[in-house]
Amino acid sequence: MKKLLIALVTLVPSLAMAAGGHNVHLESANVDLRDTASLERGLDMFQHYCSGCHSTQYQRYDRVATDLNISVDDMRNKYMFTGAKIGELMENSIPTADAAKWFGAAPPDLTLVARVRGADWIYSYLKGFYADESRPFGVNNTVFPSVGMPHVLQGLQGLPVKQEDGTFVTTGGSMTAEEYDQAMRDLTGFLVYSGDPVKLEREALGWWVLGFLFIFFIIAYFLKKEYWKDVH
Amino acid sequence: MVKNIIDWIDARIPMTATYNRHVGQYATPKNFNFWYFFGSLALLVLVNQLLTGIWLTMNYVPTAEGAFASIEYIMRDVEYGWLLRYMHSTGASAFFVVIYLHMFRGLIYGSYQKPRELLWLFGMLIFLVLMAEAFMGYLLPWGQMSYWGAQVIISLFGAIPFIGDDLTLWIRGDYVVSGATLNRFFALHVIALPLVLVVLVFLHLIALHEVGSNNPDGVEIKKNKDENGWPVDAIPFHPYYTVKDIMGVAGFLIVFCYVLFFMPEGGGYFLEKPNFEAANPMKTPEHIAPVWYFTPFYAILRAIPDKLLGVVGMGLSIVVLFILPWLDRCKVKSIRYRGLIHKINIAQFTVSFIILGYLGAVPATPALTIAARIFTLTYFGFFVALWVYSKNEKTKPVPTRVTH
Repeated sequence: MKKLLIALVTLVPSLAMAAGGHNVHLESANVDLRDTASLERGLDMFQHYCSGCHSTQYQRYDRVATDLNISVDDMRNKYMFTGAKIGELMENSIPTADAAKWFGAAPPDLTLVARVRGADWIYSYLKGFYADESRPFGVNNTVFPSVGMPHVLQGLQGLPVKQEDGTFVTTGGSMTAEEYDQAMRDLTGFLVYSGDPVKLEREALGWWVLGFLFIFFIIAYFLKKEYWKDVH
Repeated sequence: MVKNIIDWIDARIPMTATYNRHVGQYATPKNFNFWYFFGSLALLVLVNQLLTGIWLTMNYVPTAEGAFASIEYIMRDVEYGWLLRYMHSTGASAFFVVIYLHMFRGLIYGSYQKPRELLWLFGMLIFLVLMAEAFMGYLLPWGQMSYWGAQVIISLFGAIPFIGDDLTLWIRGDYVVSGATLNRFFALHVIALPLVLVVLVFLHLIALHEVGSNNPDGVEIKKNKDENGWPVDAIPFHPYYTVKDIMGVAGFLIVFCYVLFFMPEGGGYFLEKPNFEAANPMKTPEHIAPVWYFTPFYAILRAIPDKLLGVVGMGLSIVVLFILPWLDRCKVKSIRYRGLIHKINIAQFTVSFIILGYLGAVPATPALTIAARIFTLTYFGFFVALWVYSKNEKTKPVPTRVTH
């Protein structure tokens, strides 16, 4: 009986903890998938700063161009660097084996990263780099401890340095804090789009389907009522 | 003209007779309630799984190298491939929702009792095959959770003394889960188990139509027949229950399509987040959780400290359902006319099952493990208590006719 009581008392807080998972505070990414201009800026950012190492190999250039309202010429001239054709998959240029040698692990494909980690995690991760001399690249990350990646966007954000009171002071970036936040929101938005490119189309179709089913249900309800009139 | 064709066929096979026996003049109790929708809905979901499965097979590549990419190919490059895939993945979870509610109906109205024991056994076999079917299907996307979930579950067979290691090797076809495992699971998932499933569903329906449907009052309607031999409390299945089931189908599809179009991941329970990452034998996920429909049994497995006993406990938790018709010794079927103790027992069993389902989905902590042990005991306690009190249970008088 005593054991049972202890179990019940300790159960409640541990249930809450189990549901919460990690104790890292994540910032809200606030992504808007309808803002194709933002998504295109995200694509621009991704292709220039990320695609050297990270592929998005499950999606195709022409699909992204269509979904983001980018002309084929713009797509070719601005965002395609590997000599790939417009209908091909967005693979990267560094060989996986070499990448694994240089970084310890091959940089993962990021097509679906938003579905694995969630938008808020990506946004917080991109903003989470800070100076840490003990790490090989001199940086660590608040949401991904001991990350094996350099701070690629240091030129834009600058390098946050942890102060004694636990806050960060950032210096040396070409962007203001607000500009960097917006750029990271764009980049996160692009990755959210990549993870689930059909989301908007799916939801638009979903309303029609539900509308049809609702009417169908009403008709079926009255049909049943009519047939069952003589059952007593 | 049409009549001539029908007569021609009827002279050669019993088409009209079969239709009348199973649909047109199948005597169905007139007092079915909400719980009786789930049988026909299970059939609907089965057809959905078979059809969408066939179309998915047309573009799916069953190799360790190609499987994950082929799913994304279906999701992105095949016209409405995302719809087929989500219909199939949502359908898998819907199948278990519907089957669990269908089984719960049988439990509360005593539909497993004499003379429907064989009907219940066929149903339990369907449940068992369905679990195997779902387990093997979950490996096919070849994501992290597919891979590691299969690794964990197959390794359970290793706990069996003497033959355990050889058995796991035989199941996997390799020393770890690999392309060989994927190939054989694909074959079993798309051919062998669906065939068995369809045959069992056929037998389930034959068994049902032989003894007739139970009803919420647990009254045998065949005991009260009119001068033509038609049970007075019965109505023909068609058109009464066909139109009623169409209404049920519409209601079900509203919920089903809401999930399908607006939350196909089902909050990370229908499609688990780590499964959007390709299988990596070198990288174990932090937390390996089976899909939600296995979690009650997985919680029982984890609750028992010894691995072999855990496997035995998990197996027993399903086996004990098979012998339910012989554990319940009460002559009254429906919960409406049974004793208070039975109502309490069913309520605690329901709560235990749901909490075990939750506990099996979250990482184990010492406190949660104690909770899982308590609810494992109450899960099995349901069956023990039922056997004990049902012999001399104080029941209410059962009406001779159904209430409607």
